[in-house]
Amino acid sequence: MNGIPMEHGLILASILFSLGLAGLMLRRSMLFVLMSLEVMLNSAALAFVVGATAWSQPDGQAMFLLVITLAAAEASVGLALMIQLYQRYRSLDLDAASRMRG
Amino acid sequence: MMVTPVVLSFLFPLMGTLVLAFSSGRLGARGSSVIGVGSVGLAALATLWAVLSHTGDREIITLWTWISVGDFQPTIGLGVDGLALVMMAVITGVGFLIHLFAAWYMTGEAGITRFYAWMNLFVFSMMLLVLGDNLLLLFLGWEGVGLCSYGLIGYYYQGLDNARAAFKAFVVTRIGDVFLALGLFLVFMELGTLDIATVLTRAPEFWAEGSATANLAALLVLGGALGKSAQVPLHTWLPDAMAGPTPVSALIHAATMVTAGIYLIARLNGLFLLAPDVMLLVGVIGAISLLLAAFAALAQTDIKRVLAYSTMSQIGYMFLALGVGAFDAAIFHLVTHAFFKALLFLSAGAVIISCHHEQDMRKLGGLWRKLPVAYGGFIVGGAALVALPLVSAGFFSKDEILWQAMAADRNGLLIAGLLGAVLTGIYTVRLVLGTFHGEPGSDHARHPEPGTNLITHHLPLVVLAVLSTFIGAWLYPGLGGLFPDAPGEAVEGGHTLLQVLAIGAVVAGLALAGWLFLMRRPWLDDVASKGAGASLWKLWHHAWGFDALFDRVLVRPWQWSVRMLRFDFINLIMNLPALIARGFNAGLVRSQNGRTRSYAVVMVFGATVILLALALVPGGVA
Amino acid sequence: MEIAFYLSGLVAVLATVGVITGTSPVHAVVYLIVSLIAVAMVFFALGAPFAGALEIIVYAGAIMVLFVFVVMMLNLRPDAERELTWTHPRHWLGPSLLALVLLGALLALLRQGGVSEVIDGELLTARAVGLTLFGPWLMVVELAAILLLAALVTASHVGRRSNPLNRKMTGNRKRGGTP
Repeated sequence: MNGIPMEHGLILASILFSLGLAGLMLRRSMLFVLMSLEVMLNSAALAFVVGATAWSQPDGQAMFLLVITLAAAEASVGLALMIQLYQRYRSLDLDAASRMRG
Repeated sequence: MMVTPVVLSFLFPLMGTLVLAFSSGRLGARGSSVIGVGSVGLAALATLWAVLSHTGDREIITLWTWISVGDFQPTIGLGVDGLALVMMAVITGVGFLIHLFAAWYMTGEAGITRFYAWMNLFVFSMMLLVLGDNLLLLFLGWEGVGLCSYGLIGYYYQGLDNARAAFKAFVVTRIGDVFLALGLFLVFMELGTLDIATVLTRAPEFWAEGSATANLAALLVLGGALGKSAQVPLHTWLPDAMAGPTPVSALIHAATMVTAGIYLIARLNGLFLLAPDVMLLVGVIGAISLLLAAFAALAQTDIKRVLAYSTMSQIGYMFLALGVGAFDAAIFHLVTHAFFKALLFLSAGAVIISCHHEQDMRKLGGLWRKLPVAYGGFIVGGAALVALPLVSAGFFSKDEILWQAMAADRNGLLIAGLLGAVLTGIYTVRLVLGTFHGEPGSDHARHPEPGTNLITHHLPLVVLAVLSTFIGAWLYPGLGGLFPDAPGEAVEGGHTLLQVLAIGAVVAGLALAGWLFLMRRPWLDDVASKGAGASLWKLWHHAWGFDALFDRVLVRPWQWSVRMLRFDFINLIMNLPALIARGFNAGLVRSQNGRTRSYAVVMVFGATVILLALALVPGGVA
Repeated sequence: MEIAFYLSGLVAVLATVGVITGTSPVHAVVYLIVSLIAVAMVFFALGAPFAGALEIIVYAGAIMVLFVFVVMMLNLRPDAERELTWTHPRHWLGPSLLALVLLGALLALLRQGGVSEVIDGELLTARAVGLTLFGPWLMVVELAAILLLAALVTASHVGRRSNPLNRKMTGNRKRGGTP
């Protein structure tokens, strides 16, 4: 048992982050965009926990709590917006809500 | 901030304005009237209290300090002395009566709330003007009254002519304001302060009498006073300002605002005494204005325009008094003029409303039996205007002015004043005869509807009529102690001679008018309708053609140069940055496509570039 | 330990790929739950059981339930069908490449950073976390509370049915009050 290199944890976080980012850029449906955001937040939280355990400091986990709070807030507001979007356009297509174009 | 009667007296109108302005029309006509009139009434009571509790010394009430940086502590302060109190009493007292009358006059008009909001704001600004212990605060009030004047002249904004009149008043007075502002800059640059008391003590220390700087400063301040007080050559706006409702004309364009120039010069008397040449100019301008306006008043057909020119003429008297150094006499005439001119305007308003907005004298006439209150107002006010000996307020103040002119040995000014008195008699008699006697000129005049409301119609007229008699002159406390000695103090005797002359002028004017209008009327009409007489009439009717002159000399060349400059090649160069910016704008607008995804892509692209740059920089980031 | 880490990491990545490529909303949500639980497993493997438990309770439990509710509430079948036409391979290429480049940059930076610590599975207990939270991090806890309150207010305001702004568009529907 020789442990897990910290780098590997961070690489995992990077992969998850990039996947979330790709989803954010690719999908038109707001539901998927929100889920991609959750994935990205989660990967950031993972990076914090990796740091916390690698250096044996609880601060990283405290930050993890803050990230989770942020994710909850973001999800609730995002879903409320999504319901509004759906009520207006009968669809979750984000490109439909492009009235603020220049 | 201490709550003293003085503070209350200008806070009430301010609160009235705010309440009215933010009510967004929910108060209704009645509620607006109650608040609009009530706030000024309370201000008048507070002023009365302030007058009664005044100790005689100049006191400074510091409201608050702007900023406090080391020794530099500019404050907002009020300077209360006899002059300020007299002005306050006129503004709130006469103002209250006019507001009260307005409640009758404006019945049924649209936008009552707006009317009272402007009127209250005007009273507030005027109070600020006379109370400010600092020239900057005075300037704030000065601009405030100009703004309110603009808003009220254009009160009936649906008529294009009214809007033009408001615009003209604003622009012409603004020319004067620019001079005043330049004067303030000069004073601040040279004396390092704008505090009035300090300016007056420092000016003689810094400037020699008759020095170029003192002359220039006095000249610039005079420019401001000319604009506000409608004196030649910045007088053209006043007759057009009669486009506003009559109470507005009474309050702003007769009783208070147009006397702001008098107040300013009286307040800065020390500055003007350092510039004897400018003092002389003040007197000469006053004399010219009073004659010019008196001649113009002879040939007007609109009641309000006659009164407007007579206002200009009476203010000319005040300037004449200022010019000979008789500041007290100028303020005295200011006060009595405020009483009788407000009375005349309100009586004219009563006639105008009773005759369904008919204000052309040719279409009025024969009203004296049907409108007794208005007729009484005209008789008393007219008597004060022509300075009927001993019984009228105007006699005492005008006599004082002429006496000071005589004592100062300015015979030219004296003769102008006496000639003006004759002319005043003629145009006043013409006004009264044309409006109230003779045959009615229209159906409106045959069947007038006299005002019957005791409080809002009779009361203001009666009170002002009482004040326009010798009682008004007794009420004036005399401010001799505040000003440098007037020339009359040093001269012994001769006053009786002057009084005989003045009374003679008045009697001559009245007699001449009586002879002309009652006995030789057909001959007069004949002369005025053809040949040289007709041209003279036309010239006077257009007030010596100043409007046309300014149009030729100033407006048209300006328009011509503007037209020329439109095709300027420099303009093209100037437009280049704008074009480039618009090009960028077009590009950026395209990128603003409203799609969150593409925004996200752009953001990620930027982040990637930065991260790549960090990763590829030799040596790493850490 | 290591095997658990790598296995659950692999599961997390695969499930996340499932999230971003799926067409059915319900499937995607389930994939996301799997991904979150896998990350929770990673936390356990790393020796942060408190974080792992929170991940399951708050993320996979509370937040995802919210997602499931909303998905159930809205009729998303037409969207799911359209999603197929929206996600044309042509549109995939650019963003995917961009995300890959970003990943490469991140990895390169990690390499440069030279982190050499090894995680040996030593436990970080909830006690230590709690002491930190209510000691030096107290302000952050307060901020989190305010953030949640703000989110609550915002969500209840934005999520109203009878928003005066969209009354015109939803005029033919039954107008309910605030749910």
